[in-house]
Amino acid sequence: MRYAETGFNLEIDLSRGSIERVATDPRLTELHLGGQGTAAKIQWDRVPPEVEPFSPDNLLIFSTGLLHGTPVPGANRTAVDTFSPQTNLYSHSLFGGFFGPELKHAGYDKIVIRGKASDLVYLWINNDKVEIRDARHLQGKGALETGACIKEELKESDAQVAAIGLAGENRVYMATIEHANSSASRGVGVIMGDKRLKAIAVRGTKDINVARPAELFEICNPMYQAIYDNPYCGDVFLHEDDEEWHVNNFAWGNARERQKGFWNKEKEKEWTDITESVRLRWTACYNCPKDCHQAISYPGRPTYFQKCYSKLTYAMAAYKELDFNYNILGVTQEHGLDGYSTPQVLAFAIELYNAGILTDKDLPGFPSDSGERFFYLVEKIVRREGIGDALANGVYWAARQIGKGAEEFDHNSTKKIEQLPLKLKMINYPYFLMYATSAKMTITQTEGSYPQSPIADKKEREAFVKNWDAAPERFKKWFLEWEPRTHPSIEASVHICDWNETMHYIDDAIGTCAFLSSFRGQFGGRPPYHLYNLPNFISHATGMDLDSDALWEIGRRNRNLIRAHNVRRGLRRSDEKPPEDHWKIRDTEMETKLLDAYYEFKGWNNDGIPTKETLEKLGLDYVSEDFLARGILTDSEATPSKETSVEKETK
Amino acid sequence: MTDGLKKKIVKEIKVDLDKCIGCRACEVACSAFHARPKYSSTNPARSRIRVVIDDLNDVYVPIRAGDYTPAECTGRHTYAINGKEYRECSFCGVSCPARDLFKEPDSGLPLKCDMCEDDPPIPEPMCVQVCPHDALVYIEREEDDGEEEVHREEMEIGLEALAKKHGLQKVMDAVARMSVSKKG
Repeated sequence: MRYAETGFNLEIDLSRGSIERVATDPRLTELHLGGQGTAAKIQWDRVPPEVEPFSPDNLLIFSTGLLHGTPVPGANRTAVDTFSPQTNLYSHSLFGGFFGPELKHAGYDKIVIRGKASDLVYLWINNDKVEIRDARHLQGKGALETGACIKEELKESDAQVAAIGLAGENRVYMATIEHANSSASRGVGVIMGDKRLKAIAVRGTKDINVARPAELFEICNPMYQAIYDNPYCGDVFLHEDDEEWHVNNFAWGNARERQKGFWNKEKEKEWTDITESVRLRWTACYNCPKDCHQAISYPGRPTYFQKCYSKLTYAMAAYKELDFNYNILGVTQEHGLDGYSTPQVLAFAIELYNAGILTDKDLPGFPSDSGERFFYLVEKIVRREGIGDALANGVYWAARQIGKGAEEFDHNSTKKIEQLPLKLKMINYPYFLMYATSAKMTITQTEGSYPQSPIADKKEREAFVKNWDAAPERFKKWFLEWEPRTHPSIEASVHICDWNETMHYIDDAIGTCAFLSSFRGQFGGRPPYHLYNLPNFISHATGMDLDSDALWEIGRRNRNLIRAHNVRRGLRRSDEKPPEDHWKIRDTEMETKLLDAYYEFKGWNNDGIPTKETLEKLGLDYVSEDFLARGILTDSEATPSKETSVEKETK
Repeated sequence: MTDGLKKKIVKEIKVDLDKCIGCRACEVACSAFHARPKYSSTNPARSRIRVVIDDLNDVYVPIRAGDYTPAECTGRHTYAINGKEYRECSFCGVSCPARDLFKEPDSGLPLKCDMCEDDPPIPEPMCVQVCPHDALVYIEREEDDGEEEVHREEMEIGLEALAKKHGLQKVMDAVARMSVSKKG
């Protein structure tokens, strides 16, 4: 018997209309755990770098996490993995809610989708009965509306549905996959649309078994109250009405400027009143006591769910008030548009119009009000009408398609993906590394374990470190030494980046929410789940013997495998840069040293390619063999290149 | 406060619909607690508490499995919530032939909430234990035990009042006269 997982994947070929239930190799669970980790292995075996993202051979994989369906609270994030047309690199996203656990109860750890349907379809998974069904009647329907329609026609109110809106159907790069109160962003909705897959509905009523039930329950049951009581986890910011931190520190418009002094007590009162008038309820994801999502009912809009920083992104990009944000989310959520990148694309288009690069010919009947302009542009983008066709490809590609100097306005992307609208003064060493090297493509999926800022008071600092159970010893020393307005050393910066990202790779394999774990150590230092208690949960659930070193090793393995995917698709050192004006004051020499040190620490050569030795130590021999066969590594490159990185950089 | 009355403890779970966040931890905990061996598996489909969720209409209603009934009932209700109508069985906790709810998914046998009775007893039912939002709250209430006793007590109270007012002897005489005249 397999514990915690089902041991079966569902293989769907939409071109042929075939459905298979395929047993999986338990050895892969030991090596990668599950979720994104095992998905990356399937992709490695079956999606060579020659496969274009829009090819039928590109896979779209929905993965449960290893702990989904076990009693471990807060294990509910479904991973979606594919290759993105925006970057031609690995595309990874997550969504919360109820989908992953339901899929596991239906008897599957993953849905692996290949091919393309000839017309719009949806997938109906009801335990052992799986059907590809006609979805032409759902064309153009909103994402959540689609879920409601499908449940109605199946007469299955307990089914869980993940669906795309019009944006996904029309292959908009910022398209999301929407499910219940959650969304998957960063380039996965576009592939679902490309495969002509409108939705997946799941209903599962089978048992999930765990290896050591009594022991597991003993550590799970206290977690409900502990998570509920812990003020440092969940969506802390969304529960606050004081938005000063966001509106002062994040940039407005097309990630342009900070508006210090915008926030005051009257504003807070006004915004609180708005939110309270539109909020129906706080809601949660499966088996988690934190309520991180607002159910919103805005007059004239269908009910939708607001989460995280999307509360402000449209308002700030359009220089509008909070009311505008709640209004436009009612439209964009149904279209299935990413609330992070889309506002920047819209603000970018307005900048181009103001600069005369886009004209009334491109934007016939363009309104004068920035809010109305946003609504106008959204409709153009989701239909790929006129200029919307270029804008639907995100800022990077739109700038190059439009030309005439539009490229100058693309200033906030990394690896062709829009980043958080943050414009800061002084370069931050660990953040430089995270922005430059992350394969998760966004800082929020990379940062999170080591505090963002030091504690000025030495006594408080010592007290913090004393209770810092989540941290490996070396970080305690560095944090104790960290004085305000100083940089961590190169060595510390490298380790901070490494720890931060490793925790995300662990979460994304086992399905625990970053708000309880990898993202939530940086404020307060007390995430409910961390390197030292997770092995217990995993061991009791699966029966695998695992300690924190072994867990870290798996995180590294997954990180390197995904790195290898990107390297195989052409990613090199020259691509590893933060957004160009993220920091006003840069330090080129130091940046080179940081990257050198990080690559060396990771066991990568000077071009950022994992060496043969590194790969073999992680049991990824098949990757190094592939690299050698493709000439990505040569036999002499088992040792790092002697060529200095400075020389390489100037090439 | 005995007054010679027999009392029993009634176990109750109070449900506050406004506090439910729809996480379904109650379903997970219930199914695990009732798995055999205990905790060996989870499966909300086996849970004896289910949260009926219609998220787009802000409906979150935890319902518990009641007694099994062999026949569909006739006393049907239609509910309207926020203007949307719900089928008559939507919020019913009875396990009955009309639907699959509160039945073991494989055998079809009915499920019933037993308030997690256990040996040794646990302080609160599992669903309540995993609900820190207090959408589910466990209460123990004392109640008079049985209807017969209540009736006997009522008569005694009445007689006592009469004796107080008229004196016990007068009441006894009256009872004796009544019984003689009935015989005659």
